Amino acid sequence: MTNTKGLVTGVNGNMVTVRVEGPVALNEVAFIEVEGKRLKAEVIRVRGDSVQTQVFEMTKGIKVDMPVVFTGEMLAVELGPGLLGKIYDGLQNPLPEVAIKTGYFLEPGIYLDALPRDVKWAWTPVVKVGDTVERADTLGTVPEGTFTHRIMVPFGMLSSYKVKSVKPAGEYVVSDEMVVLEDSDGKTHSVSMIFEWPVKRAIDCYDERLKPTEPMVTKTRIIDTFFPVAKGGTYCVPGPFGAGKTVLQQVTSRNADVDIVIIAACGERAGEVVETLIEFPELIDPKTGRSLMERTIIVCNTSSMPVAAREASVYTAVTMAEYYRQMGLDVLLLADSTSRWAQAMREMSGRLEEIPGEEAFPAYLESVIASFYERAGIVRLKGGEKGSVTIGGTVSPAGGNFEEPVTQATLKVVGAFHGLSRERSDARKYPAIHPLDSWSKYASVIDPKAVAWAHYFLSRGSEVGQMMKVVGEEGTSLDDFMIYLKGEFLDAVYLQQNSFDPIDASVSTDRQRLIFGRVVKVLGSSFEFKTKEDARMWFSKLRQMFLDANSIEWNSPTFTEADKAILDFLADKVTGLHAAAKTIIENLERAV
Amino acid sequence: MKKVYSRIESIAGNVIAVKADDVAYGELAEVSTRFGTSLAEVIRLDSGLVSLQVFAGGRGISTGDEVRFLGNPMRVSFSDDLKGRIFTGAGEPRDKGPTLTENLIPIGGPSVNPTKRIIPREMIRTGIPMIDLFNTLVKSQKLPIFSVSGEPYNQLLARIAMQAEVDLIVLGGMGLKYDDYLFFKDTLEEGGALQKTVMFVNTAADPVVECLMVPDISLAVAERFALKGLNVLVLLTDMTNFADALKEIAITQEQVPSNRGYPGDLYSQLASRYEKAVDFSDSGSITVLAVTTMPGDDVTHPVPDNTGYITEGQFYLKGGRIEPFGSLSRLKQQVNGKTREDHRAIMDGMIKLFAAYRDTLEKKSMGFQMSAWDSKLLKYGELFEAQMMDLSVNIPLEAALDKGWEILASCFEPQETGLQTKLLDKFWPKKAD
Ligand SMILES: Nc1ncnc2c1ncn2[C@@H]1O[C@H](COP(=O)(O)OP(=O)(O)OP(=O)(O)O)[C@@H](O)[C@H]1O
Ligand SMILES: [Mg+2]
Repeated sequence: MTNTKGLVTGVNGNMVTVRVEGPVALNEVAFIEVEGKRLKAEVIRVRGDSVQTQVFEMTKGIKVDMPVVFTGEMLAVELGPGLLGKIYDGLQNPLPEVAIKTGYFLEPGIYLDALPRDVKWAWTPVVKVGDTVERADTLGTVPEGTFTHRIMVPFGMLSSYKVKSVKPAGEYVVSDEMVVLEDSDGKTHSVSMIFEWPVKRAIDCYDERLKPTEPMVTKTRIIDTFFPVAKGGTYCVPGPFGAGKTVLQQVTSRNADVDIVIIAACGERAGEVVETLIEFPELIDPKTGRSLMERTIIVCNTSSMPVAAREASVYTAVTMAEYYRQMGLDVLLLADSTSRWAQAMREMSGRLEEIPGEEAFPAYLESVIASFYERAGIVRLKGGEKGSVTIGGTVSPAGGNFEEPVTQATLKVVGAFHGLSRERSDARKYPAIHPLDSWSKYASVIDPKAVAWAHYFLSRGSEVGQMMKVVGEEGTSLDDFMIYLKGEFLDAVYLQQNSFDPIDASVSTDRQRLIFGRVVKVLGSSFEFKTKEDARMWFSKLRQMFLDANSIEWNSPTFTEADKAILDFLADKVTGLHAAAKTIIENLERAV
Repeated sequence: MKKVYSRIESIAGNVIAVKADDVAYGELAEVSTRFGTSLAEVIRLDSGLVSLQVFAGGRGISTGDEVRFLGNPMRVSFSDDLKGRIFTGAGEPRDKGPTLTENLIPIGGPSVNPTKRIIPREMIRTGIPMIDLFNTLVKSQKLPIFSVSGEPYNQLLARIAMQAEVDLIVLGGMGLKYDDYLFFKDTLEEGGALQKTVMFVNTAADPVVECLMVPDISLAVAERFALKGLNVLVLLTDMTNFADALKEIAITQEQVPSNRGYPGDLYSQLASRYEKAVDFSDSGSITVLAVTTMPGDDVTHPVPDNTGYITEGQFYLKGGRIEPFGSLSRLKQQVNGKTREDHRAIMDGMIKLFAAYRDTLEKKSMGFQMSAWDSKLLKYGELFEAQMMDLSVNIPLEAALDKGWEILASCFEPQETGLQTKLLDKFWPKKAD
């Protein structure tokens, strides 16, 4: 706490200018005192004794000469046990608790403890008196849901310390003193279960950053097979409004094969968050048998909430993700939508009268986006174990046109691109990820050569489809027509997936491998059809059989039956199998 | 008593600046000119200099005119006396009624805590098959009508308002043509709904700054009524005029525009209004229906584009009909599972066939051969357009579903519809003979 004070000299939207006496730091938190309320603000520019702040609240009612106090602390979040299952705003205010205090509306100037001070945690010490520790070393553990939550040396304690005292096993609240540490100068430091970390600084307590190689299974076929995401990787989902970005993230947040999911609802509709809030406590995580909410944190700064807090919200979310990564866990951060975050930056940049770049976004847009996604990664922690943060962000490009600054800046830094297309969502082909435009640099759950082989049918099939629009079916050769039908078939039964069907909504990798093998068999087979109409009819029958099978429970007798029926139906018509397809199928069968 | 300032430092567009102290951001002032007095709102504080946007506009203001600060932000009187009344965007009576001064409430208040929201669950019936059957409107939804000038969007808005069973209608008119204003007034009067309506109308002839107040003032009133347990329908027309007013102010303020002259915060500005739509768990609700005209019929224009990213779908009004493609109610699945068992199936099935009809039309226009199936589709498409899409059709959902089966039966064999056998057995119309 510094003693710097100041007086308001100007207000422009959510930017307040303050004349200060004393030292101030960039990104330091200040409070503006408005008629008994204290409004939180962050220093975003310092020029001599004039400081510009962005206020995390509505600024109505602020007057020139109102007093401002500076805290000397950067904008930070509280880290400790009890984050899981919480619903926060962009500044880590617990929204349900705020509601108890202020009712229906979010009154300005209310800041509550992020972690409840009255909940007891069952502490098991790990260190003994006399041990030497440094930052991020585990001092003890408490169980949090199904996880063993590590109580670590606060990441901001940069020297080496001797343990002076440790509380015995027992029940404690987060603010209790658990350990006393002594540094080399003989100064003692009291450590509780919680500490703060500035949100805009990446947590870097690890030995080494590794290359993301292991797939992060989303159980969405088109992603895992064709455009995969790796643990510790990054990906983006741009698409026009209504194309299905939010639904895709909702499905991913339920099904992703990770330990913890952090949802950052950043400047989008409040109603969509409500669905998650209400549904998650009821849904059971098949991996743990507990409610999904127990592995989820929601950071929710929806579109009508103050814009500066929206800018902070993605950092709040990623900091909590990094914290759990330090416990050797795999964390997925889903941000919807990063464009709203970028727009918040644009608003502030405009008020600062910075020289604007394209579409009035600030010139530093690219580097800010890049450094945000850089906070993803899989790391080797000190003990040798691994932890990861994977980041997936939606992008809402103006006019649905990907040639705009936020999409372009994002594409430069992410490892996978799931581009949603209006054309596909209009045709109700969900998820509307465009199979020809999208890409991924990560490893698939299926051999990439096999995937590329199948992908050919999509690109070639689409070419034939385009041609057919010009020359009609009459003008298309039967061979080309077969490729077209095969491409459409692959699209219909494999790329498209019904998110609202309880079975089809999440498909395990084993199931993906089996179905992919069946699809390859169809793609690689030759058939004898007399007419195009015959071929079309036969394929639509086959498609129906696959779709029916898709909604049957995996490994159930009914599924085996349906699968056999498909194979029989195929065998009746097939006249030969392409050698490449044969190899792919053999390899897949070996893997299953 | 607040001080009066009699020296205006600068006048640019609708924004004036005076040197004054002890003024709050967002505070109101009265500017007295030789044309009368106008309200003005503080939009910027810079040391001693206070910038205000003048509701009546900057035209004719002299540097010697007086500015008197009122010590409070923009407010509106709230009571049951509002019902049946018509006001300007600044909250002044537009009818012959008295000025209301009691129980003043602030406008543009904070947003609802997301954790206090509930999942929308009740259908709003409109009697329009393209809505009730295909894109059901839901209580507490925020939904714009995307259209172009010349289309009957205000008629559609008025019709939904008359038909919807709501306790209160709040009409916010922005840059409304005088004829359209009279049209709303007459329609509500004839329908006997005027007594349950409050209007805040800024017409095309009124000052543009007042247009900026309309959504906030309408929604503030709606919110209070909703908190008293009323189900309120807010009609906002035309939000493109609101966005254009924002643009005008931003440009006078020399803000760097982001896209086609619109300010960078257009999204946040629109969202903070639309997000007022809510269903209070133990009280009333606010449903927002708006009109967004699309300059050049271009859905990628910044106003419809930003709107689409905020609202829960849109009705696309084109050629006097609600287009099945491009229209979407994102909340429909919350309610259409519990109306009638054939609702979802008919909705999906008929739209798929209608899409096939549109393909056939295209093929036909390119001169390709028409098959027997194509001919069936052509017949189907015409019936669908006449009996479902035409806005003169006014029937309850159940009748619309029956009509759907009838149309299907008159064009196709049951198995050609792709509908489940179970439903076909139950609903497929039996031949008369
Ligand atoms: N996988 C899906 N299966 C079925 N319907 C879907 C699917 N994805 C999206 N939809 C439909 O599309 C609508 C819009 O989807 P969603 O809200 O995810 O769009 P969005 O891209 O997030 O749009 P915005 O940018 O406006 O937020 C949904 O309400 C739903 O009706
Ligand atoms: Mg969305």
